[in-house]
Parts: sequence; C-alpha cells; structure tokens
Amino acid sequence: MSEQFDIVKLIFGRLTLESIPYHDPIILGTFLVAATLGLALVVAISRAGMWSYLWNEWFTSIDHKRIGVMYIVLAFVMLLRGFADAIMMRIQQAIAFGDSTGYLPPHHYDQIFTAHGVIMIFFVAMPFVVGLMNYIVPLQIGARDVAFPFLNNFSFWMTAAGAVLIMASLFVGEFAMSGWLAYPPLTGILQSPGVGVDYYIWSLQIAGVGTLLSGVNFVVTIVKMRAPGMTMMKMPVFTWTALCTNVLIVAAFPVLTAVLALLSLDRYMDFNFFTNDLGGNAMMYVNLIWIWGHPEVYILILPIFGVFSEIVATYSGKRLFGYSSMVYATVVITILSYMVWLHHFFTMGSGATVNSFFGITTMIISIPTGAKVFNWLFTMYRGRIQFDLPMMWTVAFMVTFVIGGMTGVLLAVPPADFVLHNSLFLIAHFHNVIIGGVVFGVFAAIAYWHPKITGYKLDPFWGKISFWCWVVGFYLAFMPLYVLGLMGVTRRMSQFDDPSLQIWFQIALVGAVLIGVGIVTGLYQYYASWRKRDELRDETGDPWNGRTLEWSTSSPPPQYNFAFTPKVYDNDAWWHMKANGFKRPTTGFRAIHMPKNTAAGMVISGISAVVGFALIWHMWLIAGVSFVGLILATIIHTFNYKRDYYIPHEEVAAVEAKRGEVTA
Amino acid sequence: MMFRPKTLKSLFLLVLAAAMLSGCDMVVMSPSGDIASQQADLIVWSTILMLLIVVPVIALTLWFAWRYRASNKEATYSPDWDHSTRLELVIWAAPLAIIIALGALTWVSTHQLDPYRPLSRVDEGKPIPEGVEPLVVEVVAMDWKWLFFYPEYDMAVVNELAAPLDRPITFKITSTTMMNAFYIPALAGQIYAMGGMETKLHAVINEVGVYDGFSSNYSGHGFNGMRFKFHGMTEADFDQWRAKVKAEGESLSYGVYKELEKPSEYNPVHYYNNVMPGLYEKIFNRCVDPGQLCMKDMMKGHKGHQMMGHGEHAGHEQAAMPAGDHHGH
Amino acid sequence: MSHSTTLPAGENGQFEFMEMGEHHAPNGTLLGFWLYLMSDCLVFAALFATYGVLSQSFAGGPTGADLFDLPLVALNTSFLLLSSITYGFAMLQMQQNRLRGTQIWLFITGILGACFIGVELYEFYHMIHVGAGPQTSAFLSSFFGLVGTHGLHVSVGIIWLVTLLLQLNKHGLTTANKRRVYCLSMFWHFLDVVWIGVFTFVYLMGSMA
Repeated sequence: MSEQFDIVKLIFGRLTLESIPYHDPIILGTFLVAATLGLALVVAISRAGMWSYLWNEWFTSIDHKRIGVMYIVLAFVMLLRGFADAIMMRIQQAIAFGDSTGYLPPHHYDQIFTAHGVIMIFFVAMPFVVGLMNYIVPLQIGARDVAFPFLNNFSFWMTAAGAVLIMASLFVGEFAMSGWLAYPPLTGILQSPGVGVDYYIWSLQIAGVGTLLSGVNFVVTIVKMRAPGMTMMKMPVFTWTALCTNVLIVAAFPVLTAVLALLSLDRYMDFNFFTNDLGGNAMMYVNLIWIWGHPEVYILILPIFGVFSEIVATYSGKRLFGYSSMVYATVVITILSYMVWLHHFFTMGSGATVNSFFGITTMIISIPTGAKVFNWLFTMYRGRIQFDLPMMWTVAFMVTFVIGGMTGVLLAVPPADFVLHNSLFLIAHFHNVIIGGVVFGVFAAIAYWHPKITGYKLDPFWGKISFWCWVVGFYLAFMPLYVLGLMGVTRRMSQFDDPSLQIWFQIALVGAVLIGVGIVTGLYQYYASWRKRDELRDETGDPWNGRTLEWSTSSPPPQYNFAFTPKVYDNDAWWHMKANGFKRPTTGFRAIHMPKNTAAGMVISGISAVVGFALIWHMWLIAGVSFVGLILATIIHTFNYKRDYYIPHEEVAAVEAKRGEVTA
Repeated sequence: MMFRPKTLKSLFLLVLAAAMLSGCDMVVMSPSGDIASQQADLIVWSTILMLLIVVPVIALTLWFAWRYRASNKEATYSPDWDHSTRLELVIWAAPLAIIIALGALTWVSTHQLDPYRPLSRVDEGKPIPEGVEPLVVEVVAMDWKWLFFYPEYDMAVVNELAAPLDRPITFKITSTTMMNAFYIPALAGQIYAMGGMETKLHAVINEVGVYDGFSSNYSGHGFNGMRFKFHGMTEADFDQWRAKVKAEGESLSYGVYKELEKPSEYNPVHYYNNVMPGLYEKIFNRCVDPGQLCMKDMMKGHKGHQMMGHGEHAGHEQAAMPAGDHHGH
Repeated sequence: MSHSTTLPAGENGQFEFMEMGEHHAPNGTLLGFWLYLMSDCLVFAALFATYGVLSQSFAGGPTGADLFDLPLVALNTSFLLLSSITYGFAMLQMQQNRLRGTQIWLFITGILGACFIGVELYEFYHMIHVGAGPQTSAFLSSFFGLVGTHGLHVSVGIIWLVTLLLQLNKHGLTTANKRRVYCLSMFWHFLDVVWIGVFTFVYLMGSMA
C-alpha cells in the first residue's frame, strides 16, 4: 500500500468510480432524465434572471409563509420520486411470476421498497404536514411569524439536506436494502457492509434535527404567540392538532436520534448494541424505533384531522360540532399514542398479557378517533354543504379512513395479527390510512388554502379529475392487497410462484397507474389555475366565507400577516368578527418589528449534508474538516446580533391601502 | 369452542367470497390447522363487531353528504347548532361499547391462542388423546433457508417440513443471523426467528395436504427463496417420510453444518441424520464453534479477576470470540 | 362547555377587534430552550433504557465492579457539582449587572467542566487500555454510549461557554446575552442532573453488582 493510495483513500474514502451505477440502464436513464430536467430548470431560472429573486425572497427568507410553501414544493418533488418507486414495485410484482423474474433484480428491488417507505414518510408526508402548519398556524393564531423564524428556515434546509442525501444515494452508491425501519442485525455492518444503511442513517439524522427544531418552534409559537383573547379553548382545531403534533415531535424524535446514533456506533465503531454476539440485543432496536415510529403516524395524521375539521365546518356553513370533545379527543390520542408501540411486533414473542395490554390500548385509540368521525358527521348534519374540492376530499376521507381504521383495529388483536402481520393485508391497511387520511387531507388542505397562499382559487376541472383518479386508483390499488394478505402473501417479495395471485397484482397495478394519472392531473391543475389566475382571483381574502383568522387578512397575506394584531372573542374568531360588524381599520398604522432574512440556515445545513456524505463514504478528512466547519459556522452565526428590523408605518399603510375590500 | 354460532360466520364468508370472484384461495380464512382456524374465526368475529359501527358511519356520511347538500333547500339549516350533550354521550359511548366487547375478546383470545401455550385440544371437540406427546421440531432460520431438527428421530431437514395429523407440534425457533419470521398460514400464526433467542409456537395440523411455509420477515438478499413445503400427513405416511429422511440423509456433523451455514439462496430440500449432539442448543446459544462462550453464560462477568490482569485477560477473551463475527470488514 | 362569546349577540360595535397599540409577543426563548432540554432528556432516557437492558450483558468480559474506580468518579462528580454552584454564582453576579464577576465565575465553571472532561477521558483511556473498550461487550457499549454522550454534551457546553465569554466581552450584559447566559445555565444544570443519574445507576449500582 503506497502512501499515495492512502491519501486518495483519506479524501475519497470508499467512493470510487465503480460506486456510480452507470452500468444499470434503469438508473442511468433516470439520471439522464433528472439531469436534463435539472439543467433545463437551471437554464430557465437563469434566463428569467430569477436567481436573486429566489435567493432573497425564498431561500434566505425567514417568513413562515415562504418556508411553508418551500416545504410543500419539496414534498411534491419527493412525491414524484416516491411514486416512481411505487410504480416500479407494482410493475415488478405484476409480472414476476413463475419463470419470469421480472425486470428488477432483488438487489435493486429491495432498495426500492426501502426508499419508497423512507421517502414517503420522511420526505413527503412530513414536509407536507410541516409545510401546512408553517403556513397556517401563525395566521390562525393572529401572529406575525413563528417564535424562532431563523430556526424555522434552518429546519427547512435540514429537511432538504436529508432529502438531497437520499436522492444522492440513487446515483452515487446504493440505498439501504432493509425495509424502511432498518432493523438490525440485517443493518449491522456484518450483514450490510455497503453504504446503503449509512445513507439511511445520515439522511434521517439530518432531516430529524430539522423536524425536532421545528417541533420546538411550533410548540413555543402556539403557547406564547396567540392573539389576545385566544385562550386555549378558543384555538382553532387545526392549531390544536398542530400543537399536539409538535408536542409529539418533541417527545418522539429524540428517540429516533438516539436509536440511529446507537446503530451508527455499531456500524462505525464496532459497538455491540444490536449485534447478535457479545450480548447485543436487536429486539431493543425494534422497541426503540417503534417508540418513535408509532407516535410518528399520529404526528402525520393529527394535523390532518385538524384540516378536515376546518374544512367540514367551513363548507357546511356551520360551527364545528363538539369543539371541546374534538380537543379532548386530540389530546387523548396524543397521550395514548405513546402506549401502543408494541403492537408493531406482537410476533416477537412477548407474553400473552403484554400483547393483550398493548392490543387493548391500541383499540382504545379508536374511541377518540371514532368520536372525531362522529363530530365531522354531525357538523355536516343540518348544514348547507358546498361540494367544492376540499369537501369532496373530506367525504372520500371519511369513508376510506373508517375502513382503514377498522382493519387497523383488527391488526391490533394479537392472534389476528399473528396471521396478518407482515402480510400485504398490513400494507393495505397502512396505505389505507396514510393515503385515505394524510394524502387526501393534504390535497384537501392545499385546495382549501390555495387562494390564501396565491390569491386565486384552483381550477376545479383538473382538480376533480385528479380527485377521482386518486380515489378510484386507491381502491383499485389497495383492496386487492387486502385479498392477497388473506391469501397469505407476505410483503417485500420480488417474485412469486403461485400464478393465481397474479390477477390481483395486475389490478393493483392498474390502480397505481390511475393514481399516477391523479398525480399528473393534480400537478397540471396548479399550472392550469396559474394560467387562469386572473379569472380565478379572489380579492376578498375570504373566498369560502371562512371562520378562522387566516381569512381575515388579504390573499396572499402581507409579509407581516396582520397590520394590527386581532383580538379574539370566539373560537370561530373571523366568523364572529364578520357577524359583529367588523370594519377594517384604514388609519393608525404603526411600524412593524420583523426578523431579517439570513443565509445562515442554508449554509449550516449545506455543511451538514457534506458532513453526512463524507461519513457515509468514510471520507474521514473531509468529514473532519467539514465537521469543524459546521461548528464554526454555528458559532459565527451566534455572533450576529442584528437579526431584525422595522417595516416603516408608511409602507404598512401603502400595502394596506392597496388591499381589496373584505366583505364584512 | 368460543366461537360457536357458525351461521353468521358463513354468511360473512359468503359475502367475502361473493365480493371477490372465484379462483382465489384465501388460506388465512380457511386454514387446515386448529390454531389457524381459531385465528380466522377471531378475524371474522372482530370484523363483524366493528362493522356494527363502521357500516352506519359510512352510510350516515353518504346520506348526510347527499341530504344536506347546498342545493337542497328543503333540509334544515342550523348554522349555530354545535353541541348536544346527549349526542356527545352517544358519540363516545358507541365506540366505547364496541371496544369493551372487542377488548374482552382480545384478552381471552390472546391468552388462549398464545403461541407459547401448549395445546389443550387437537381440533374442535377433540381433546389430546391420552399418552400422545407433542412432536418437537426445532426450527433454525439460516441465510437463506430453513433447517428443521426432529430431535425425537435424530434427523434434520432443509426446506421441508412434515407432521402427522392431529398430533400437537411444539416448534422451538431461532435464527443464525437475521431476523426472520416462521409462518405456515395453513397451520398457525407466525412468530419471529431471532439470533441468540428462542421463540416457541404450538400448533397442530388437521388435514392432509401440502402447504406453503416461508419467512414473512424480510431478511436480506435471499429472503425471497426462504420458502418450503409443509406436509400434513397420516401417521403411516409420516413414518414413511421419516424412513426416507433417515435413509437418504447425510450425517450432520460439525463440518457439514459449517458448510450449510454459509449464505445460500433457493436451497433444494436436503435430508440429514446423525445430527451432531446438542447442535440446536449450540446454534441458539451461539457457540457451535468449539471454545465459544455460550449465550446462557453471557450474563456472567469475570468475577474475582482483578484489574491488573485485564490486559492479558481481554486478549484471551478475544481469541475465544466467534471467528466469523469478530469483524474482518 | 360554552365556547362562544359570553357577550350578548346583536350589540354590534361593542367589540374591539384590533389591538391598535404596539403588540409584542412575549419572548419564548427560555420556553423553547426548556423544550429542547426535555427532548434531550429523552435522548438520555433512551440511553438509560439501553443501559438498563444491556447492563448485565458482560459477554464474559469485565463487569462494572471490575472496572469502576469509585474514588475517581467521586472526584469527577464533585467537579461537576461544584461547577453548577459556580454557575449559580455567575448568575448572581449577572443579576447585579456585574459583567466582570459574571465572566470570572463563568470562567471558573468552564475550568471545572474541563477538569471533568479530562478525568472522564482518562477513565475511558484507561478502560480501553486494559481491553475494556466499547467493542468488548454490550454492557461496555452501553456504558460508553451513555457516559460518552453525557461527556459530549459537557464538551459542547464548554465550547458554548467560551463563545459566550467572548460575546459578553464584546457586547456586555445586554438582554440578548443575559438570555444566553440563562439558557446555558439551564443546559449546565440539566447535565448535572443527568450526571447524578449516571453516577447512581451506572457507577454506584454497577459497582455493587
């Protein structure tokens, strides 16, 4: 071994030209398409001279509304990747029967199902939900921004850095072949010596920091920054669910951080936490990761419950039925979600008493959840329901979600779980609640708040096509999986012997294709609406005759959200203001104190991504240098004391004067 | 015995079958072993219980959505009606009642169908015959095949399993490395197979047949091929099968086992006799190689040794560690 | 429970809907930092639980009773406890707006923290030297995992403390700096509390076994 070689190794670690899978036509093709599109985007932005606009107004922005939109854009981009993985799996399973081994070797297929799960949960569902909370919560509580605007920007960029790492794994090296929770000993260094698991660990660690900080940020925002008069029991339901979700984030993500750190110690330094030998205990990993993992599903679904609560009340033209019971149900779910984690592994051999305890606590969660469904139901009762797109999603959600809930409770019965665990029945169940719940909810929310975010409504034509594709596609894609589960088909298989299964997989593929059409038409809907934006424009700021404070300001809201902080007397604050003859003040504006933009979040996250990449590839020199850089950049940032400025009152007056008159 | 009324069940199955066209064999719902049958019954009963509330909710959702559509001016509109104590009580009580029933069912059935619990019958209304001892099968999930030991007959089989009808089977399950799950849907529910750990499963097969068995927990590259056939046989056929294994089998010595232990995929069926003594115990205690410290002794430290001698001592310990696992990456 | 307004309806114009004066939301930094500490607390909870599970998995290697040098750990514990007290003195000085005193006591706190880290590193070095490194057994992995994470936190605390000393030097006892001193104080005492847990569960109970 020459000294020369050692230096190369010190810099490049285990990264060689061979690590780039240019010999795989699928990946090469994907890379070429991605590169072409990326290049086209860069050229288009440059030609339009948009870089400085993007930099000043978006990337470095600490405005919660801008950050919220960036989260949602990130989620859409990653949705395309996650869906590409999904359709590849569906095609493989639809053709790999008998002598055919399909078109994906197991080596590739196993990466795809892992990446699909990780991406959809961490980089699609989470950014969607966090993005929505970012945009809406401060507006709903009458605040001008979140409690820690810089941290908010930093959190976003950390999430983005995690996403960049996971995307890099597609073209440089490989991703984990382990399933989305990366159970050891399979993910130990002996069984998975490659870089895949390391990509998994570092992309989640980096994104996890962002999520945790954003959790802290929102709890403080909601606790401290509500408008005068808005007591806890006058908070809009979406804000309540956001509060509970962020409490869950603060309480759950540290466990993920810890367990991934232990796994990396096993992998990098030969520790023995989860190894088979020397006393390690892999069951502990399974317990710890689910202590995070179970609350995680409630982190995703609770804000969506909030979204539907807002929508169902608005479009029924009615107060939400049973506000306090809704709030208590949310709080009960938050607490209970910590007491059920073991139901993910009844089959690991805990005793009958332990299993039934966790089975029953799981079922208990369905009581407050059921109460919520009834509350939505009785909000519709004696309403005047406008079937705009958000309300259509809501009805689809209510029907689909109770089915998913039912199969979920079924899986909570331990002896039933013994035969259904790890089967396609389980896959169908959680897609039933995640698509039927979270995804439908996100699309409902985007359609609902789109006029607030952009100032114009969505064109319903394409939206409705997308809606029907999604709903029909979902049932076609996942009902067959329930059947297959009952036929004893297990998950994560790349090929099958029994030809009688094939028809079900083919139906599922048709469903997946339909969902694909739903995604495309959904995206086209945004474009078509933008084309027709003048026609669809909403000058009032309150297109749906809304009930909560976000509708009291203009669309899109000014940077400072509210020229005057509103005072709240009712949990439907804006409804109450409208009912009591509110007139918007036109004079008396004051200068507004606002935080300044900063590039620090992007810089620190960028360095974090470099540290992560270097650690993945064992580039110790780069890892060391960039780690020191990371600490220095953080310290330097703390020396910046001038983080805010005032918007002069003339400017506020000018902005407010330009605003369209609100119907009151 | 706990799920008597068969009519409701068959009605439910009829609906299920009608909804799903013909030609699909739902092994989970119509298995051939008593434990799996009870588990299938439990699925049916739990589902029926939940449908009691799910069907009305779905119906009400669709009905309210239709009835209170904005264009229907006949429907009552009460925009400020948002509370009714009586209704709230019903809202919370209805799911609560279902969950109490389901919770009771869960508690009882979880204990009754606990995989660790020795069987109390071989089929509905059929107690275990006097003097019948369970057939013990020791299961090892390997990379990537199944090794089944029949200690009673001093034989072992790769990727094939057989058992006589109506004789209780006691599976003791472990793994060499990865976490797998041992699952024969026609026989009984699955349970994880883990290295250094032993899980148990009690079950019985009631019908002659050839059933699928496999790993249902993803365990890496060869996972797809970790499948085997499970044969439910009459006593006579089982004896014949045993004789065949004995006759065709190769002796399972230390060397043969070490060869088998190497990762391989889609292994054909292979028979062994003359099993190296205590091999299964050694596998799950992770001390197959001579000189390795067994798991059951792991909790012990080096009491009585003083700090001084430790440098040398630790060196000795390392040498004793499993060769393959003391990383050479 | 009534959640609509208690004021009679129809009396339009009675409500004042806007805060026409200056409205400043209260500063949430301390609450936010406390929340962060709680999340950190959960990291330690996970590590303690791991240690609890693995604390008997010696794999034939040395036990805590073989390895722990209690007098040394006691010395180390006193460094850390003392540093909490000196931090308290720094806070008292700060409340009296004495910059110099605050800096001096913070400096002493930092020195004590550094002593703690020094002794811990020595302990680790010694254990690894006698063949009781984290690779030896799951027990030792969990020991190094837990104690090492605590040590890492103290090290970060020291870096922060040095940074803060520089910032105090530059800007004095401004509101922002005072808030930072408060936050670091919470962090420092939090680590002290965690250490008491480590000392009790790992060292004392480990030595008794």
